[in-house]
Amino acid sequence: MAEFIIKRVLQALLVLLVMTVLVFFGVNVIGNPVYIFASSECDQACLTKIIADLGLDRPVWEQYLVFLGNLLQGDLGNSFTHGIPALSLIFERLPATLELAFAALVLALVIGLPLGMRAGLKPEAFSSRCIMAFSMIGFSLPVFWIGLIMILVFSVQLGWMPSIGRGDTVEVFGTEFSFLTLNGLHHLAMPAFTLSLIMMAMVIRLTRAGMREVLFADYIKFARANGIRERRILSTHVMKNILIPIVTVLGMEFGGVIAFAVVVESIFSWPGVGKMLIDAIGVLDRPLIVAYLIFVVFMFVILNLLVDILYSILDPRVRLGDSPT
Amino acid sequence: MSVLSNKEDILMKFWKPGLLCAAVMLAMPVAAQEVLTIGVRSEASSLDPHWTQLSADVQVQEHIFEKLVALDSASQPIPGLAASWQPLDDTTWEFKLREGVQWHDGEAFNADDVIFTFDRLRGGISGAPASPAFQLEKGSKQWTKVDDYTIHITTDGPYPTVAEDLAMLPIVAEHAARGVTESVDFNSGQAAIGTGPFLFEEYSPGNRVTVKKNPNWWGGEVEWDQVVFRPITQDASRLAALLNGDVDMIDYPPTIDLPQLQEDPDFTVSTISSDRLIYLMPGYKHVERFITDNDGNVMVPNPMRDWRVRKALSLAVNREAIRDRVMGGASLPAKNIVPPGFFGYVDGLEADPYDPEQAQALLNEAGYGDGFRITLHGPNDRYINDARILEAVAQMWSRVGITTEVDAMPRNIFFSRLIRGDELSMPGFDVPEFSMSMTGWGTVAGEATYTVSGTLETYNAATGGGNGNFGRYSNPEIDARSVLAKRTIDPETRLAILQEAITIGMEDYAYIPIHFQVNNWAMKAGLEHQPRTNERTLATEVSRVD
Repeated sequence: MAEFIIKRVLQALLVLLVMTVLVFFGVNVIGNPVYIFASSECDQACLTKIIADLGLDRPVWEQYLVFLGNLLQGDLGNSFTHGIPALSLIFERLPATLELAFAALVLALVIGLPLGMRAGLKPEAFSSRCIMAFSMIGFSLPVFWIGLIMILVFSVQLGWMPSIGRGDTVEVFGTEFSFLTLNGLHHLAMPAFTLSLIMMAMVIRLTRAGMREVLFADYIKFARANGIRERRILSTHVMKNILIPIVTVLGMEFGGVIAFAVVVESIFSWPGVGKMLIDAIGVLDRPLIVAYLIFVVFMFVILNLLVDILYSILDPRVRLGDSPT
Repeated sequence: MSVLSNKEDILMKFWKPGLLCAAVMLAMPVAAQEVLTIGVRSEASSLDPHWTQLSADVQVQEHIFEKLVALDSASQPIPGLAASWQPLDDTTWEFKLREGVQWHDGEAFNADDVIFTFDRLRGGISGAPASPAFQLEKGSKQWTKVDDYTIHITTDGPYPTVAEDLAMLPIVAEHAARGVTESVDFNSGQAAIGTGPFLFEEYSPGNRVTVKKNPNWWGGEVEWDQVVFRPITQDASRLAALLNGDVDMIDYPPTIDLPQLQEDPDFTVSTISSDRLIYLMPGYKHVERFITDNDGNVMVPNPMRDWRVRKALSLAVNREAIRDRVMGGASLPAKNIVPPGFFGYVDGLEADPYDPEQAQALLNEAGYGDGFRITLHGPNDRYINDARILEAVAQMWSRVGITTEVDAMPRNIFFSRLIRGDELSMPGFDVPEFSMSMTGWGTVAGEATYTVSGTLETYNAATGGGNGNFGRYSNPEIDARSVLAKRTIDPETRLAILQEAITIGMEDYAYIPIHFQVNNWAMKAGLEHQPRTNERTLATEVSRVD
């Protein structure tokens, strides 16, 4: 297990390095961020001074080497717009995004699993067809549109839900969480639901497909023949066997949800990292973009690792890193 | 005595004062907290007032920090922390500071704070992407303290716009901001001590900025107990938040929703012309890459160098149609380069009428009767409806035979390709790229001296002239007047010179103004707002009426 983890970490470092090169030079090609900030009255001398201040007057490869040097010391640079270390900006906003993403994950599982099981147990029933149609909608309708329609219906027309922002927060271990307050849950409901739709749709379809496959397997027939109750068959024997594909897909989707919940965060003005990223791209705040992407790659690697470890727990046949004998 | 009666005795003793307390508390009127929540389009990135000049930051900072010179709603200078000022001679200005002003922590405001602020700006804030410090470099200003409430500013040669420049520089407290170089110290409130009508309360990045009433403000009674700024970048979400009641007021309501908001009795809309001019800027090189004849061959010489072609292009644009169909009524067709009410506005300089026949006649006269091809470049996410204006203009030009292709791009790419410098400091960026581009110029200073200098004067890296003249237009008659205006202190003389320069430039079609943007704010009925030309939203200009 240890050897496996070490190999994975080394691979991750290589991916990180390649990614920093790509992003650093890529953002440079787009343009010079100075013009976005400078007011119209800023003349040549003023522009030159800003460029020098931000370290943009040196050739690109030299800037990259400086960046690498700082990176090895744990310093990802200061955001151009905020003047605050990029890492601390990310960690400041991360709890909000994590909260949203986890809420979406919980919703996707809590709603998706039972619905998928129902569709799998009685595939010909009308309710099952409705469920599958709903999952199709979850896949195909754009998140942007769904979010705005929900705001229009539930906030503006019916007035049941607040339309923007995060609710009251409670501080736990130094970070603020809003799901612990009623007001916070009220604000969290719509964005989390909107974000959960894609994951929910996938969970429904995968659960149904898994059920169709596993329900006719020999060991299930044998368990029934042995007199085990249907409920235990479903919850233990079937569940464990269909969870592997679900865990795989959710693992990757969840990473995407955390990293790029940009659309939902923009629509609902949720103060998370996705919104921060899109703003940074808009003003070419290169340190922030690079820092964020490094963080995202790192997170995907960890998630990948966790998924693999989960496999070995779920399926005792899986041994991590062993070569077939 | 039994235990029970002991308890009863104690109860007897305390019920009377208890009742009295309750009665007093109920009789006290419950003080209603007046809270104003404003949904803003852009988020403030820092509360350090010397950090940037982005209006999103400035408008929040203006509630906490003040300047020596304030701006009224038409961006004209009025007394702020300086009660009065006057030029003593050609190169010296005296500013008399207001007495009896207190900082938020109770200390007295005096000239030491002003000197410290200017020194801090000149020393530079490391990493500040757009510090307003360059306002001090213009005219090579120097400053000296004469006494606790008098300051002298000296310039290198006669320099007329000292007051307008100082209107861009917020004053910070020496005792609070000494040694502060990190934005975080302002964002946490520690160094955010100002003299303004509101005190810093909370800064939650991406979420909200909260300020509370300053009971000791020198400018009078502040109506709002608390003001909350909530950034909502999505237009539709911002409008939904207003309709829902989550916010009391929003800036930049989407233009397509304006008619509906104006008719709705539950909401009010306030309107004023903006200082931002949207115009089309031709490129003046001998040969322009993006202008070709109908067969695709580059044209020599560049047709834009003929004023009749430029005039034809201006006459072919139907500004009223753009205003009504594209902007939802929210624009002011223009030929002036500063809006009405600004110093330098020329009465009688009216926007060109829509006259495609005369446009065609001019093109024939200039020898381009068959038309030609041109590519029009512009941003698609910077100005209100910019991409749609580009498309409308392209269609209008195609009708008079100028086949126009539109290339709209995100602003970070557009401005990188548009802005040009000099060869030494920005190698490869000295020759203009675009042949025709749509851009905007916001005259923050309330007066036209630097608009003329920036957009009409010939580019001169040494003097700073023409820093916005990316098409590289050059007219010695304008240059002479622009340079003279920058040295003329007497306002009436300067006004005449500026108006001449603007008239010459616009009759020669140095560039083609389309319109001034119009600033709109939408708010709940029962609120009244005094709108400002420089697009900023100030809580002191909002009041409840009912």
